[in-house]
Order: sequence, then structure tokens, then C-alpha cells
Amino acid sequence: MNLLRYGLVLTAMVSTFIVKAQENVNALIQKVNAKIEKVNDYTAEGKMKTKVVFLKVPVSAVKIYFKKPNRLKIKNEKGISFVPKGAVSINISNIVNGEKYTALDAGMDKIGNTAVRVVKLLPTDDNADIVLSTIYIDEANLLIKKAKTTTRENGSYELEMTYGKYPAYGLPDKIIFTFNTKQYKLPKGITFDFDDGESAKSNIPRGLNKNKGQAEIIFDSYIINKGVSDAVF
Amino acid sequence: MSEIIKVNHLSKQFKDTKAVDDLSFTVNEGDVYGFLGQNGAGKSTTIRMLLSLISPSEGDIIIFGKKLQTHRSEILAQVGAVIEKPDLYKYLSAYDNLSIFAKMSGSKVSRELLMQQLEMVGLADRSKGKVETFSQGMKQRLGIAVALVHNPALIILDEPTNGLDPQGIADMRNLILRLSREMGKTILISSHLLSEIELIANRMIILHKGKKMVEGSVAELLDPEHSLIQLETTNDAAAKEKLLQSKWADVLQDGNSIRLLMNKQTVPQLISDLVGMDVSILSVNSSHSLENYFLSLTTLSGHVEPFAN
Amino acid sequence: MWNLLQIELFKISKRPRTYIAFAAIAAIVFIFQFAFKADGQSYMNLMLQSVKDSFEFERTKAINGYFMCYIILNTLLVQLPILVALIAADSISGEANMGTLRLLITKPISRTQLILVKFAAATIFTILLLVWMAIISLFFSLLIFGADDMLIFRSKGDESQILLISQDDVMWRYLAAFAYATVALTVIAALSLFLSIFADNSIGPIIATVCIVLVCTIISNINVPIIDKNIRPFLFTSYLVGWKGFFYIATTEDGVPIKGSVENWAAIRNSLSILLLHIGVLLVASIFIFRKKDILS
Repeated sequence: MNLLRYGLVLTAMVSTFIVKAQENVNALIQKVNAKIEKVNDYTAEGKMKTKVVFLKVPVSAVKIYFKKPNRLKIKNEKGISFVPKGAVSINISNIVNGEKYTALDAGMDKIGNTAVRVVKLLPTDDNADIVLSTIYIDEANLLIKKAKTTTRENGSYELEMTYGKYPAYGLPDKIIFTFNTKQYKLPKGITFDFDDGESAKSNIPRGLNKNKGQAEIIFDSYIINKGVSDAVF
Repeated sequence: MSEIIKVNHLSKQFKDTKAVDDLSFTVNEGDVYGFLGQNGAGKSTTIRMLLSLISPSEGDIIIFGKKLQTHRSEILAQVGAVIEKPDLYKYLSAYDNLSIFAKMSGSKVSRELLMQQLEMVGLADRSKGKVETFSQGMKQRLGIAVALVHNPALIILDEPTNGLDPQGIADMRNLILRLSREMGKTILISSHLLSEIELIANRMIILHKGKKMVEGSVAELLDPEHSLIQLETTNDAAAKEKLLQSKWADVLQDGNSIRLLMNKQTVPQLISDLVGMDVSILSVNSSHSLENYFLSLTTLSGHVEPFAN
Repeated sequence: MWNLLQIELFKISKRPRTYIAFAAIAAIVFIFQFAFKADGQSYMNLMLQSVKDSFEFERTKAINGYFMCYIILNTLLVQLPILVALIAADSISGEANMGTLRLLITKPISRTQLILVKFAAATIFTILLLVWMAIISLFFSLLIFGADDMLIFRSKGDESQILLISQDDVMWRYLAAFAYATVALTVIAALSLFLSIFADNSIGPIIATVCIVLVCTIISNINVPIIDKNIRPFLFTSYLVGWKGFFYIATTEDGVPIKGSVENWAAIRNSLSILLLHIGVLLVASIFIFRKKDILS
């Protein structure tokens, strides 16, 4: 009898705690979102470095355009860049939008020296492409440091953000976007390449494998809320 | 008189054929030297060796006192040649062809000089014409102009009258004589036209199967020893039968008419013998030519002893 | 020698067949340019079919003058040796066929000089052919398609790569590539000249040159280990495409191309040395054989 009472009290306490925690997480998300929502549009200049096993491209000067709610375009004005198709996902507001997700507190972790709260976002819409997002939030500064997303159609990708100049708007100085790639295969017999006698050892960039690629964007400057033409997209 | 060409024991072996066999001869300065022989006698092979187109298997060639093997460029700068039918660049004009070969011969080339050369061979008005539009005679004349443009001391002509009409042949003869007599050129000429050689050459050589048959001055070689006597009788067939059974059989020529190649001095003896054989003679004619001499050496008895050097 | 060379070049310039080569190149290049102007996207889609779902890039910018020139050069690999052989194979056999060879030999120029002059003339023809190619396939392409960064699609062993070279890092590579191609095609010229010595008409040496190039190219690309190890390194056709080495840009550990660099200078130097060796051997052999040859034509 005592045991039962004890169990009931414990359950009530845990449930309260869970509900309280849930309310805390939701509140956290709301606060983060509120910050992000301040940005209606921006034009950023930066440099993009693409690290993919089969792609040898130089660091390119790019312009990034964003317009609410979720339009994002990366352009190389002076040359050619290979932009991962999932790059639209680097738009943070894609990740957090409280109405469409159930947020679950997954405890604490550390990124570098920063303690972060781990929150799992489960979409309420069963038909949504995103299956699960795990975000790592710097509570003190209300900044998303990292996001790992699994999708139905496009595999999984990861975003790592570093902040410096624009924390007030939740706009990072640097994003590292890690994504899945297929192996690149040329149609046979087209190229008649020069065999220089070296074994075809892959020059796999650090931290990657053949099926993963990475795009690193360093933002030099943002022009925020000054308007972006629809024609850009 | 200096020796322009001296050939010593020259031989050329092609796989299983000895085209030239131990040949020696000399061409002196100012000679018009006739090179005679049947087809395959070795004339063209010898001429090609003189011009360094073919390398000898054995022997020496000395021209202008220098060995051809070691002084080739020096020697050929003073040699002009027409080898068989002269082939030139068909897609170029007469003037361009002459200009190219003049430059290659190391000659100073001026428009004036080239036009003079074309004038000499009667092609001045066709100087801009492409060689592919020329007749054989015109090509031959252009070939001569090319051979002479650099004023060579030695001229080698291999069958230069091939393809020429009688007028062309006569013109060629006159040109050669002028080159020899007026300009002091030394000329080596090979030809099948024995009558032409007889008219222009002062010295000659006859080749047969790569070997020398005879060499010497035309005058000495064409002595009365080798006259062609033609008889007409009342019955040539019967007369021929009788001659075949007599000592005159060796000198009797083939053919329907009665012809004997013999010493003219023995004609009276022939007539006497024929009368003794009851042959009635209607006429006796004699002719004496290089052609007869040539034929006598190369075909008469079927076996010919080469001339000892 | 200079006079003789002038004469040779004059003769070559007067032959109609000389201009066939230039006309053929112009025709092929213009066809390519027209085709890519009309529908270059199809080619780009073909080359990128395995990754077009993963990346976006500006296709219209990718089909630019530098890219076009690379495609054209890549495709003309087969045609250019034939065009070079057309002139070089005529060097001695053409003269023999025309009957002018015997006249040439009787002139006071050595047979060695004659071969060297013929070779020099064939080399100059090759250079002019490549300059012509450079003008219409590079400069005309730049005029028609504009300039931008250059994409290279490359197979490296079992792997495929896409290289991107910044537009300000491209031109010197093309100059180097054309210079290399000159050496490569000069091997063809030397081979044709060598074969020309043995024939009395130029058809034989032209066909023989083309057959040798084709057979050796097949052997060079057959990918059988025993052949790759023992025969391939000695075939000049294994090095004809060495000009591409100038476009294989070196990268950092992170896979970022290093401006102004080449992945394997040693391989290019090695290829050039082998090509130059082939030229030397063929030329010496030509001189040696021609000096001893009896001219019977």
C-alpha cells in the first residue's frame, strides 16, 4: 500500500517534471524562434568551400540571399560554384517552427566549451519530409549551435554554426553543412584521360568519406532587412 | 685533256641481278660521250650511280678529280642532269620550278637569269603556265633548262629525246652540239637513238648485260670492218640457201632479203663465190652505221666477248 | 638550310591538299560550337547525370569558351594525326611519285639535309595547324560562349572527378597544352616521314601512319595488366593525351584546387621526354635509311 502511494507520488512528480521540462523546451524554442523571426530578409557576402571527394573546386566568393519564410539562394556572381541542393536547409528558420513539431528535451551536451541543450523535434505531420531533427541550443545566448536532420527523401544532413558578429539576429559567421552524396561516375569512354601512372588514390578530405560531402560558408557581412527582390530566387 | 669522269671497276648488285659488272671508262673534258646499250644493259644504273642516286656495290667514281663518295655536294654543284623523262612539280609554274631548282643548285637566282634560261629552251612565253598543262616536249625542254640553269661543267642526259617529235629531236641535237662546241661543256648522253649518237658523240661506250663491250672514239669504232652489204638476186631464197652452206654463213643476217655484215674489202670475193654458185646478182649495196656496229656486237653470234680493259 | 626550308614551305603552300587540313579543322570546330550553342545542356546533363540531384550550378556559365575548347581538343585526338600525316607522309614518297625525288638527290644538298628540311617543314605545318586550332577552338569559342571558370570531367582509375579551374588560371594551361600537343603531333609527323621513305606514293604511308596510331591507341587503352606493364609505357600513343595533365590541378588535403599548380609535373615531363625520344629515334632512323636507299623511281 505504501509502495503504491509512493509510486503514485513519484509518477506525479516525474510527470510534473516532464510537463515542466516540456514547457521549458517549448519556451526555449519559442525564444530562439523569436530571435530568428526578427530577420525578414538578408543579403550576405561570404566564401564557400566545398569538400566532396569527387569535386575539386576552389573557394568561391558567394552571395547568399534569404527571404522569409524559407527562400534561400546561394550565388557565385563571378564564377561557377557547386551548391549542394539541400543548402536551402541552412536556413535556420526551417529547423525551428514550433507549430509543426513536437519538441522533446534530450538533456545537455557540450559543443566546444559551450554547454548546449539537446532538443529533438518530431514533426507532427506524418507526411512531412523531415523525420527527425536534433538541435543543440546555446541556452544562454539563444543560438542554435548544431542541427542534425534526417529526411525521408534526401537522407540526413548536419549543420554546425559558429557565431560572432550577428548573434542578436541568430545569424552565424560560419556554417558547416554536411550532407550525403552519391558517388560520381562519368559515362564510360568519353574522356580519354591522361594516365599519369599514379594509383587512383582518393584524396578524401579530412573528416569525410566517399558518401559524405561538406560545404563550409564563412559569412563576411550581412545586409539585414533591407529588402531582397523575388527575382533573385 | 683532263679527265672529267673516271670510273674504275664499278659494280652494282641488286638482290639476284648484277646490273653493272666491273665497269671502267673515262670521259674527257669537252667530250660528247655516247652511252649505248640495249634495255637492261646497265646504262641507267650506271648513270644513277654517277649522280649518287644509287650507291655502288664495288668500285670508284671520280668526277672533276674528286671521289664522288666523299665530295658529293661539291661535285654535284657542277653537274646538270636530265634523267629519263624529266618530272617536275606539276602544280607549279615553269618559272617556279626553274627558280626552285636553281636555288637548290646553289646558283644565284635572278628573274633575268631565269627568263634567259626559259628563252633558251623556247618557254619564255609559258613561264607562268603550270607544268601539268605542258606537252611532253615542253616538259623535256624545261628539264633541260633546269639542268643548265646553274651553268654546270658536266651535263648528264639519260634518254633526253624520249617523247620528242622529229623537230624536237633535231632541236635537242643542235642544243647539245652548241653546248659542246660553243660552251665547252662535257656531255654524257645515253640514248636508244643510235643514229643521233652517231651524229653528235665523239666518244662512246657500249654496254651489254652490265659489262663494257667496247669503248673508244666513234670514228675509230665505225671502220669499214663493219659494213652492211645488201644483195638483190634473181632468186633470193635459193641464193640464201647456198650462202648458208658456204663460208659466208656466219655473216649472213636474218630476214627475207640477203644482207651480210662484213668487211667491205671482201665484197669482190663474195661476188666471185656467188657467181661460182650460179647465183645471178642484180644489185649490190653497202651501208655503214653505228646501228650495225651496235647490233653486231650485241646480237650477231649470240655470244659476245667483252672488250678487255 | 634556311633557303631549302623556304623552298619546302613554298611547295607545301602551293598544294591544295595543305588547305584541306585547315578547312577540315574549321568545319569540325564550327559544328561543335554550333551544336553546343544549340543544345550544350544535354551534354552537361549527361556528364552530371549521377550527381545532378545533389548539386545545383549554373549550367549556362559552365558551357563557356574554355570548356568548349577542351571538348573540341578532346574530340580531335583522332582527326589531327590524320591531317598531319596528310602532309608529312608526302615528304619523300610524294616526291618519288611525282618523279622529282631523283632530281632533288642530284642537287648539291646532302640526303641528311633533305630529311631534316622535310622534317622541319612538316613540323612547321603542324605548328601552323595547331595555331589555327587555337584560334578557332579557343579564341572563337571565347567570343561565342564567353569566358568563365572551367569544368573538367576526369576519370582517374576507377574514380571520376569534377575539377573546377578559376578563369584567371586557365589561359596559361592552354598555351602549355598546345605546346605539348605540338610535340605530340610532331611524333606523328616524324613517323609519317619515316614511313614515307619506303614508298613511292603517299597513300601507303598515310594509311600506315593512321593504322599504327589506331592500333597503338587501342593497345594503350586496353587495360590488360600484362600489356599495361610491358608494352604501354613504350607506345607514344600512351602520351598523346599528356596535354590534359596541365588541367589536372593539384589540390590541398581538403580537396581545394591550388591555383597555378599541376597535379603531376613529373608525369608531364616524363611524357614529353618519351615523345621527344620517339622523334629523335624516328629522325635518326629516317636519315640512316634514306642515306643508304637506292633511288630507282
